[in-house]
Amino acid sequence: MSAATIDSPGNQKAVAPSANDGGSSRADHIKFLIFALAVLTMPIWLSPIGAAYPDLVQKFAIFGILAIGFNILFGLTGYLSFGHAAFLGVGSYAAVWSFKLLTMNIVPAILFGVLAGGVFALLIGYVSLRRTGIYFSILTLAFAQMSYNLAYSVLTPITNGETGLQLALHDPRILDGPAGAGLPSTNLFGMLTVGYTGFYVCAVMLILAYYLAMRIRRSPFGMALRAIKSNQNRMNYTGFNTRPYTLAAFVISGMYAGLAGSLMAVVDPLAGAERMQWTASGEVVLMTILGGSGTLLGPVLGAGIIKYFENIFSAFNDQVLGRIFDFLPEGLQEAAVVLFSPFVGEGWHLTLGVVFMLIVIFLPGGVMEGVARIKARFDRSRSDTAR
Amino acid sequence: MAILNVQGVCKDFGGLRALNQVNLKVQQGTVHAIIGPNGAGKSTLLNCFVGRITPDTGSVTFDGKSLLGIQPHEINQAGVARVFQTPEIFADLSLVENVKIPAFAKRDGSFRMDLWSRVGTHGEITDHAEAVLEDVGLADKLHMHAGSLSRGDKRRLELAMCLVQDPKLLLLDEPTAGMSRADTNATIDLLQRIGERGITKIVIEHDMTVVFTLAHTISVLAQGTVIAEGEPEAIKGNPKVQEAYLGGAHL
Amino acid sequence: MDAVILQALNGLDKGGAYALIALGLTLIFGTLGVVNFAHGALFMLGAFCAVTMQKLLTLSRQIEDTSVTFFKAYKEVPYLKIWFGDTGLLLIDYSVPLAVLLTIPVMLLIGLIMERGLIQYFYKRSHAEQILVTFGLAIVVQEIIKAVFGANPIPTPAPNVVAGSADIGTWLGLGPTLVYPWWRLIYLAFSAAIIAGVFAFLRFTTFGMVVRAGMQDRETVGLLGIDVQRRFTIVFGLAAVVAGLAGMMYTPILPPDYHMGMEFLVLSFVVVVVGGMGSLEGAVLAGFLLGILQSFASMNEVKSIIPGIDQIIVYLVAVVVLQVRPRGLLGRRGVMEG
Repeated sequence: MSAATIDSPGNQKAVAPSANDGGSSRADHIKFLIFALAVLTMPIWLSPIGAAYPDLVQKFAIFGILAIGFNILFGLTGYLSFGHAAFLGVGSYAAVWSFKLLTMNIVPAILFGVLAGGVFALLIGYVSLRRTGIYFSILTLAFAQMSYNLAYSVLTPITNGETGLQLALHDPRILDGPAGAGLPSTNLFGMLTVGYTGFYVCAVMLILAYYLAMRIRRSPFGMALRAIKSNQNRMNYTGFNTRPYTLAAFVISGMYAGLAGSLMAVVDPLAGAERMQWTASGEVVLMTILGGSGTLLGPVLGAGIIKYFENIFSAFNDQVLGRIFDFLPEGLQEAAVVLFSPFVGEGWHLTLGVVFMLIVIFLPGGVMEGVARIKARFDRSRSDTAR
Repeated sequence: MAILNVQGVCKDFGGLRALNQVNLKVQQGTVHAIIGPNGAGKSTLLNCFVGRITPDTGSVTFDGKSLLGIQPHEINQAGVARVFQTPEIFADLSLVENVKIPAFAKRDGSFRMDLWSRVGTHGEITDHAEAVLEDVGLADKLHMHAGSLSRGDKRRLELAMCLVQDPKLLLLDEPTAGMSRADTNATIDLLQRIGERGITKIVIEHDMTVVFTLAHTISVLAQGTVIAEGEPEAIKGNPKVQEAYLGGAHL
Repeated sequence: MDAVILQALNGLDKGGAYALIALGLTLIFGTLGVVNFAHGALFMLGAFCAVTMQKLLTLSRQIEDTSVTFFKAYKEVPYLKIWFGDTGLLLIDYSVPLAVLLTIPVMLLIGLIMERGLIQYFYKRSHAEQILVTFGLAIVVQEIIKAVFGANPIPTPAPNVVAGSADIGTWLGLGPTLVYPWWRLIYLAFSAAIIAGVFAFLRFTTFGMVVRAGMQDRETVGLLGIDVQRRFTIVFGLAAVVAGLAGMMYTPILPPDYHMGMEFLVLSFVVVVVGGMGSLEGAVLAGFLLGILQSFASMNEVKSIIPGIDQIIVYLVAVVVLQVRPRGLLGRRGVMEG
């Protein structure tokens, strides 16, 4: 017994699982099952709020994956990347090329998308992670902008520039055999992945992505990432080589983005450079913060909330507003329409900006913190009445 | 046998000589105190041992290996742990996690990509971490946030983080600075108990009670040079030390 | 040769705008310790001060157009013309420079409100949170501008006198083929003047000395019993004015739209980082350097050797500089680290 115990009396006490150490395995798995069930039944329970159509639920799943991956880097490790959209774009391009050259089967497309995201993240991460703080943010931003600009200019043979990369009739598709009359559709071993099938592909991927993120979070690797976020200096003096840890987190995060990008191509087989622009990187930051960075569920919630309201709000116009405020008397109704119209339709981003500021100012932990606060208050009032 | 051997170490900061030909031998299993007035170069010297600073000239060998030009984490893996002047802990993590992390570093090395197993399933790490926390008197706070601890408790926690690695050499940078008398005494007790385990320690300290209670050997640093070295009694009576360090006042 | 001089001038022009924004960013960062992602929005607001001025001066009334004889027609005639005749038209022609009257008070006010109303609550929070909240603010500001002024760029021409080009080839003895727009020359002189003004202000006034000392070591200056905080608030206002003026003067070069701020912000942040966070000289140096490099990279001769270089040069330089000099060109140790 070398280093194991020093003064032994401490050894006799029972080892209680603690909330701080990440909850019990059982609780995690119950949460995971609920999550999986909720994701798979989205088309049902989202229909009362008018969100149950394939295009939108696909987006929830895809951006959920993107945000989960981003959170591994930002929420766990504490590195704020402003260039994450680059990996999304690369994943999309890789998937579409797989559709063009190999086969319309989505399995290789997804694999190539993840791989491309990972390799690209390895290259960018290797250089960017030499710095921390805002220097790191600017470096990732610089790389993403370079990728975006190049995709629009000299890389046109690969990206097809402004038009975007699309399928064509004369694409080789060497594994698929002779082409039919029209453009083929993406499929999973023959099963067409359009509409709800496409959604279920994305949903399964989201569930897997969540499960992996959960395992990472509870693992020694994940604990090391959280420690790096908390105090990187101490990590070095504690015998950890933090570079491979941060690089691994960066690459994993890039692979998640690559996966999300390839799924975008699965449900709609084209890829454009605008997916790589830094505003798109900003969007995933917003999602993660809004939902609650550092939490497992938060980023998925954030992605869902933003995509849902983007969809609802941007469809609003003055007539719709007028109908909503129908219950008000004449003058007030018009006033309400005038007051709210800058926030909807084209002005949806204004709402997003305002909400985002409010979140950062008053609720830095995002929706998850809000839920926790309400729960705490509820528990307190319940124990008060019980007394 | 000298476990740490420092030979002719010099370090300039923009023309200012912080360390000047420092020679130091720390014997295995002893407590070696480094004392000296403010700005004498004590912390700079400690920084040379953990890879935060690379000396301009000279050599630092630990356990027969040079510590120069290697990364802080490699130095730690070689068996050197350090307690900082302001406690460096993982404020966002629980106490027991704070201690598990160095335990993992000791067991698994500087990098291991174990992203599948659950932390909780590594029972021996958990047991060890909790035992060490009990040792330093923090057993009742295992699952508290480390950031919410008092300053004294943070120091204790940092000490636990070092002890869990069972280091060959423990560096303590002013372990009692800013502590109340009672806390200081508790810390002395704790350090004495650790002393029984035979960990070699280097202590920088202003509190002479601590120094004379714990140290086997004392080196006095003034203006970047070791001006005296010896057993506590010899140092107490050394006129050169009193001149340079205490401004002539008697201990 | 002509092309080289032209590109150098273009680069200096662009660099002037970068340098002015980066200067403000650095002042804010150095004094308040805040990373302000809304600084590009301030630049954009300055540009829209010029637009507003133009709109104010051209407020019009419909009067009957007597030149149309077949039917009753109306035309818009600015009040200024109705009231002052040709003098009024001259005023309209000068709307961009006249916008100074609007820009300085408006931007100062916006800056002070922003600092007191929002930024001051973020001194103690992490840089990431500062970035996020100011990023949110930038979105809000630009969406408001979009709601008010629309999404399209609004032409705001320079005064007629300087609408043409200067015959700089003749000045330099290089022949008459080399011409350069007057307004761009004015912008160059203007940015140089503002930069010089800011440095002179910091160097030669007591206020400036306190600010500089505060940038070096805030606590010590605070201990001297000087109200550093209030001065820093004013610095924020000044930085807003500098960014606003930079944007206002840029309008004849680039018709302003609501998202011009974001584009300049991204580049200006690269500039600040290349120059070294917290270094005013570095910000100016890097601003001009990157502006010139960007201009030269867009020459056909260069592009034909390295395709696409014009698209990435700024970012490429940033990456290289940060690898070679981790704190930027003139950065100090210990700024924004850890």
